[in-house]
Amino acid sequence: MKNNLVLAALGALLLAGCAKSEPKNIIRLATTTSVRDTGLLDMLNETFQKDGKYTLQAIAVGSGQAMQLGRTGEADILWVHSPDDEKKFVEEGYGIERTTFLHNDFVILGPEADPAKVKGAKKAEEAFRKIAEAKAGFVSRADQSGTHKKELKLWAAAKVKPAGKFYLEAGQGMAGTLSIAEEKKAYVLADRSTWLSMAKNLKLGIVSEGDDLLINRYSLILANPAKFPKVNAPGARAYFDFVLSKPAKELIEKFGVEKYGQQLFFYDYAAK
Amino acid sequence: MEFILEGFRKALQLIFSGNPEIFAIARLSLTVSLLATAFAVLAGVPLGSWIAVKKFPLKKLLIALVNTGMGLPPVVAGLVVMLFLARSGPLGFLNWLYTPKGMIIAQFIIALPIITALSVSAMQNVDPKFYNQILALGASDRQAIWVCLKEIRLTIVAAVIAGFGRLVAEVGAVMIVGGNIRHQTRMLTTATVMETQMGNFDMAIAIGLVLLALGFVVNLALTIIQQNKVLTR
Repeated sequence: MKNNLVLAALGALLLAGCAKSEPKNIIRLATTTSVRDTGLLDMLNETFQKDGKYTLQAIAVGSGQAMQLGRTGEADILWVHSPDDEKKFVEEGYGIERTTFLHNDFVILGPEADPAKVKGAKKAEEAFRKIAEAKAGFVSRADQSGTHKKELKLWAAAKVKPAGKFYLEAGQGMAGTLSIAEEKKAYVLADRSTWLSMAKNLKLGIVSEGDDLLINRYSLILANPAKFPKVNAPGARAYFDFVLSKPAKELIEKFGVEKYGQQLFFYDYAAK
Repeated sequence: MEFILEGFRKALQLIFSGNPEIFAIARLSLTVSLLATAFAVLAGVPLGSWIAVKKFPLKKLLIALVNTGMGLPPVVAGLVVMLFLARSGPLGFLNWLYTPKGMIIAQFIIALPIITALSVSAMQNVDPKFYNQILALGASDRQAIWVCLKEIRLTIVAAVIAGFGRLVAEVGAVMIVGGNIRHQTRMLTTATVMETQMGNFDMAIAIGLVLLALGFVVNLALTIIQQNKVLTR
């Protein structure tokens, strides 16, 4: 008897799991970890999904992987920050209506002791050169993300080939990479918003900021329905229009002010 | 040391304040892993029994393959399921990638060899004379297997425990196939990874504790079933 009760309880649990019906209008967004880890994505998506018409599947990966999802038709819409790759992506016909609408900036972070004496470097490439010359540790995302691509650009600008013992390739998202840099007391390039959202858990501090090269621009790209007939084009359009709307602009501009004491993302698009 | 204790204190606070998100994640973890285990039992026990009692060419090779499958790396299972469920993959029309259904399939593939292999060895421990005697009494293969399964049910429950334990603790496959989407496919294990990387150790510890508790409760239930059978013998 007892056994039957336990079995019945297990069975009921299983049924409860099956009964949950799948929502119909699913939109798949491929985006970057920085947008998720700050909490911006959750906040926006809650508003977007409020009327129950759409369910958003937001896959937060690096921009490189997000565009890979776009290249195979897995994503309906992309929210990425890797301008050179984005242009190529659109030119090759995978995406349409690329709209750059948002920016924040990258910061170079390092340990308090600043062993490479980077503090005070105005130019990002100067900071990178100092890190390489001092052979102080540097942790790279190494995941083809927008941040990784920017980092490689900075190394090129500094005319340094990033290799050798000082250069650690994490292959992880921004948060994971920051945690490694924290433990290894190494330098790292991060977007300001992810850093702010984790700052309470980190001892790393900003050693260089403000260079024009460090601006970080985010774009939306719709998957090209002519190329991928299976994508949810109307759903993607609905999300596209939502993010580029005035209410979304207000939400984004207010985001973070209360929690972090400053605005995290700056809206550049003339929203309708 | 301080920060570990602090983490534990906050974790207990989170759990006992009934943080709804943690419990929703726990429910999803439990549902996915239990369903995957259940399907693996439905398929693996008959399959294992059949392999055990039948004579056929390359039987040893098949058993060796199933035994190897017990060590199937979850990330490999996840990768394969992801490739099949992708829109451009052969099962893309199902739209099951990044859904709990996809995660159940991946976990089913991980659990199936475990349950099958343990069923094979349990069945092979039955005295062949006993099995042949049942056949001699006029039972069909299927009926004979059923009688034997009743004899070895304790071991079968042990196989279920082993399978479920592997699944509920597994992170690689559900990360790849589920995508760790909040409110949709975030499991206890993937949430632990994410919170740890974000440096939110209190949340990570809280979720870790819930994961341990969940494993314990399910195993307790299964053990009660198993041990009751011992007593009623």
